[in-house]
Amino acid sequence: MPRALPYLLLLPATLFLGVFFLYPFLQVAADSALRGGEWTLDNYRRMASHWKFSTAFWNTLLLAALVVPIQLAMALTMASVVTKLEAGRSTLLYIFAIPLGISDLAAGLIWLAIFEQSGFLNSILTTLGVIDQPVLFLSYQNTWVILLAIVLAEVWRATAIMMVIIVAGMGLIPKEYGEAAEVFGASRWQRFTRVTLPMLKPSLQTALILRVILAFEVFAVVVALGGTQFPVLMGETYHWQFTMQDRGVAAAFAMVILGISVAFTLVILRLLHVPKEARV
Amino acid sequence: MAEIRIRGVAKSFGSFTALHEVDLTIADREFMVLLGASGCGKTTLLRIIAGLETPTKGEVWIGDRRVDGLPPRERGIAMVFQNYAVFPHLTVFENIAFGLRMKKMAQAEVDRRVTRTAELMHIEQLLKRYSGQLSGGQRQRVAVARALAMEPEVILMDEPLSNLDALLRMEMRAELKGVLAASNTTTIYVTHDQVEAMSMADRISVMNGGRIVQAASPVEVYRNPAARFVGSFIGNPPMNFLPATRAPGGWEVAGRLFPGPANAPDRIEFAIRPEDIAPASEGFTATVRVVEPLGPHTLVTAEVQGALFRAVLDSDSLPNPGDRLTLAPVPDRVRWFDPETQKALT
Repeated sequence: MPRALPYLLLLPATLFLGVFFLYPFLQVAADSALRGGEWTLDNYRRMASHWKFSTAFWNTLLLAALVVPIQLAMALTMASVVTKLEAGRSTLLYIFAIPLGISDLAAGLIWLAIFEQSGFLNSILTTLGVIDQPVLFLSYQNTWVILLAIVLAEVWRATAIMMVIIVAGMGLIPKEYGEAAEVFGASRWQRFTRVTLPMLKPSLQTALILRVILAFEVFAVVVALGGTQFPVLMGETYHWQFTMQDRGVAAAFAMVILGISVAFTLVILRLLHVPKEARV
Repeated sequence: MAEIRIRGVAKSFGSFTALHEVDLTIADREFMVLLGASGCGKTTLLRIIAGLETPTKGEVWIGDRRVDGLPPRERGIAMVFQNYAVFPHLTVFENIAFGLRMKKMAQAEVDRRVTRTAELMHIEQLLKRYSGQLSGGQRQRVAVARALAMEPEVILMDEPLSNLDALLRMEMRAELKGVLAASNTTTIYVTHDQVEAMSMADRISVMNGGRIVQAASPVEVYRNPAARFVGSFIGNPPMNFLPATRAPGGWEVAGRLFPGPANAPDRIEFAIRPEDIAPASEGFTATVRVVEPLGPHTLVTAEVQGALFRAVLDSDSLPNPGDRLTLAPVPDRVRWFDPETQKALT
């Protein structure tokens, strides 16, 4: 009996994962390859030939490529500041983490309230006399403002999750390494690039994977700020599932998101791999 | 020239004073050991010299430069840390080369120095390994090689051997002493291990409660402790102390009369090292409590007028607990202390 006990204890969690994750996942995978009860690649063909697909695909990658590096740089900076603090550390950590508690749709709406025609930005600019009448920032004529607003909202909303992981990782690096680097001539920046960053790789891995996957799933913020002006993969999935009532194509979109998530996860794992002998 | 002068250096952490205005001069190429129990301020003093800690007040000079306002890298020092701090993400070669890379030294010179110091520390076969593939003793060697490769004027060592097992520590002690003597650097070495201090130092600074109690050669510190603390801290077993009262013609200690200091309060302390005691026809009457035959000699723990009294006797003498011995101190090894000031009396 003792031999079977660990597996028995794992059984409820395994069942849960099987029923609520693995089964629906296989269902979606099957949906994407079934049309009219036959195995086919029709759904994928339909998806790829739709005029919005390529825009949605590249918009999603562009957003991730803009948002994630900014967030990484900011999270590293914020984490360095928080780690150095002697007093008020947890207070600052809580303040930084507040946006995490707000849902992505609410975050999108907050930034919509700033950018829309009757929003804060327009009122401020009018009051200051910079502009005579409110400007329509989020219009189809200047998609780049929509992009900028989405990037701002995403950075504002989700940088803290990376920061929290990095703060924890920095806490695990013994102080002696930094001191040794200092004594042996490393400047503040060199200590950061030559000691902190390499030793932070495991945490960076976790933070980046988490953040990149979430970036590919961006949806509510985009809908709130761009409506249909800025198509992304997740938005198209929603559109095909609920507006077009086409389960197969929606599933194909979902599989594409899964595919790029897996691909980027593998790349990150590979790039930030720490060989066993070089671990702490 | 790398004489180190410490002038009135004090350090407080909040309301706790770690160092009380310490003054110390360490000569060029001297091997100075800072010795004391944990919390005595020895590591704080070392970190202030390194620049990892800022003194609350006072000055630190290395050679003719005042360094207490300078960052560590501008002080011409290298350091060996207690937990080695050998970077896990770099090979042994790159660890030793770390400081040289920071100085943007030419590759040929880096190769030359790394090879030379690695050979000196007998780790030339490990250069391609990572620290995770090394034993504690090997990591220790890498840490020392990294410091030596800098060819610094001053090497600071913070309990570098405390994480090694006893046998390895003894081996490294002798090796370090030889390597450092050949390197022409001034060394400051922090330890709580008195054997390490005695065996390696040119001079020992005994620290207690944030003060330097005595800074002198090992033999001087051992033979002529400047304070009661030094006598009780150094030596294993430590010095014996017995109360002494002024009597006509000298001092009365446990019923015996001894010549002693003339200028002293009426009640002082008599002190003698356990190995400076021998059985004699006249002397203290001691009741044996514990007998420990240690091979080269026998350690006898006894009682003299209710006070603990230890004697290191010849291994032939094996008294039994309860026996009464007559023990006499070697006259010129007797020391006296003022119980008020704790200082030595002469």
